[in-house]
Amino acid sequence: MLSFLNHLINGISLGSIYAIIALGYTMVYGIAKMLNFAHGDIIMVGAYVCFFAVSSFQLHPVVGLLLAIIVCTVLGTLIEKLAYKPLRQATSLAVLITAIGVSYFLQNAAQLLWTSNPKLFPDIFNGAAIKLFDGELIITVSTLVTIAACIVIMILLTAFIDKSKTGKAMRACSEDKGAAQLMGINVNRTISITFAIGSALAAVAGVLLCTTYPSLVPTTGSMPGIKAFTAAVFGGIGSVPGALLGGILLGIIEIMAGAYISTSLSNAIVFAVLILVLLIKPTGLLGKQIREKV
Amino acid sequence: MNYPFQKTKMVPVPSHSIIPERDLGKTPILECQHLGVDFGGLHAVNDLNLAIGRTEIAGLIGPNGAGKTTVFNLLTKVYQPTRGTILLDSVDTAGKTTMQINRMGIARTFQNIRLFSNMSVEDNVKVGLHNQERYSAAAGILRLPKYWKKEKAIHERAMELLSIFDMQDMANWKAGSLPYGAQRRLEIVRALATNPSLLLLDEPAAGMNPSETAELMKNIVKIRDLFQIAILLIEHDMNLVMNICEGICVLNFGEVIAKGTAEEIQGNPAVIEAYLGKKKEG
Repeated sequence: MLSFLNHLINGISLGSIYAIIALGYTMVYGIAKMLNFAHGDIIMVGAYVCFFAVSSFQLHPVVGLLLAIIVCTVLGTLIEKLAYKPLRQATSLAVLITAIGVSYFLQNAAQLLWTSNPKLFPDIFNGAAIKLFDGELIITVSTLVTIAACIVIMILLTAFIDKSKTGKAMRACSEDKGAAQLMGINVNRTISITFAIGSALAAVAGVLLCTTYPSLVPTTGSMPGIKAFTAAVFGGIGSVPGALLGGILLGIIEIMAGAYISTSLSNAIVFAVLILVLLIKPTGLLGKQIREKV
Repeated sequence: MNYPFQKTKMVPVPSHSIIPERDLGKTPILECQHLGVDFGGLHAVNDLNLAIGRTEIAGLIGPNGAGKTTVFNLLTKVYQPTRGTILLDSVDTAGKTTMQINRMGIARTFQNIRLFSNMSVEDNVKVGLHNQERYSAAAGILRLPKYWKKEKAIHERAMELLSIFDMQDMANWKAGSLPYGAQRRLEIVRALATNPSLLLLDEPAAGMNPSETAELMKNIVKIRDLFQIAILLIEHDMNLVMNICEGICVLNFGEVIAKGTAEEIQGNPAVIEAYLGKKKEG
């Protein structure tokens, strides 16, 4: 029973990371109607920035996190400006291929800069953990921080989208860019802001990911990136609560499958569940059915 | 149905057009000179000359496919014109984007309703007010007193605008769940929220019953009187057009075939031919 609880908490923690990454996917998809496959690699850049800040420059981890957020925000905005903005009128397929190109570019640039030797991410929390039931249930502080971070980010982001002026502009753009433009909204700027927010979240996710799974290589971001994309689709892409739900469920399924069925099959099971959900509900758990007018 | 709207005296202005006499002292709000756009080899709009007075209610009519909505799309720079100039309050709009045009003073509604249907009625209006009230990002993030003051002002302005159509009570409804007529009215409110000097209405009476249309006619005149703005509307409902439009421009196959007051248009043989076809000889 306790081991089940342990797995559940680990699942929620991993799911929180997926959820934070999925938010980036889902927001960009909702507003720019594109899949930013380079999103996972921004996570990796964020993790490296934090790694060097803490290991090489002996900075406080919080400073490292802030630096990672700043670098990733700038990087995300820059990628959007250089790679995606010129393709605003192009077919979605062209943008998708470009995103994959950017993803490989970031991975290879990281390999050139930092080599492919794994870096051991410093243990920010010094292995601190809470022991319950005579040490039978161990909850690490990093797990708790990850879950807390996810909750805080969700609350802030929801409030931002619902209440702020920019949030309203974002919702307007996601529904009808043409009409939004005719209402005097700067659509390009709104898309840039969306990329900036998504990339900042990716930095947070990168640092959290590496506190739980400390081996850092240039491809660190790609698998969590794909899983988070899956989570976003699972929850209903374009929906913010969907990203949270999809992420957490995916995390729990992955950990449970690994614990009770087979570690080597856990990824296969995750994707099998995704296929099953999409067969039954093609728009994802919280996705909305859009009827095209004929 | 007859409405006690006074017949306006129209006077000619340089760009082969007429505007109400009361607007004569001021420059027309809109002047199109030799405006045209080609789609491939097709002249969708050709050599359009049009002037609209500052407080005029003008009509743009013509058979289906005449290029009326294309004219709206040219004015709002959804399409860039191939030829000619558009002067908005004597300022050339060449090279401007849709967003800039809106900030310069043109707002519009759509033939097929394009509200932000998942947002609340109030939020739809607030999107329109987006550029009217400004506060810094810092004030927004830190929730400084200035932010609350501005947010309150935005809320009050939104309610005030909704009250034009008695829609205050629907402020928290989802826009998509409004009845059809209310959605059309909300589109007009949202356009008005951007503080235009020229309001473009694309078939505002489409799908309305006669009593709703009568209400709409009163409201269009009310909006003009209240905001002192010019209104250009596309409409197939001839009752509406002939009763409230002061200057009317008739398009057919992208060309202007007639311009004038309601009486002049109704008697114009070219217009009758465009709508009903040629009378058979003999």
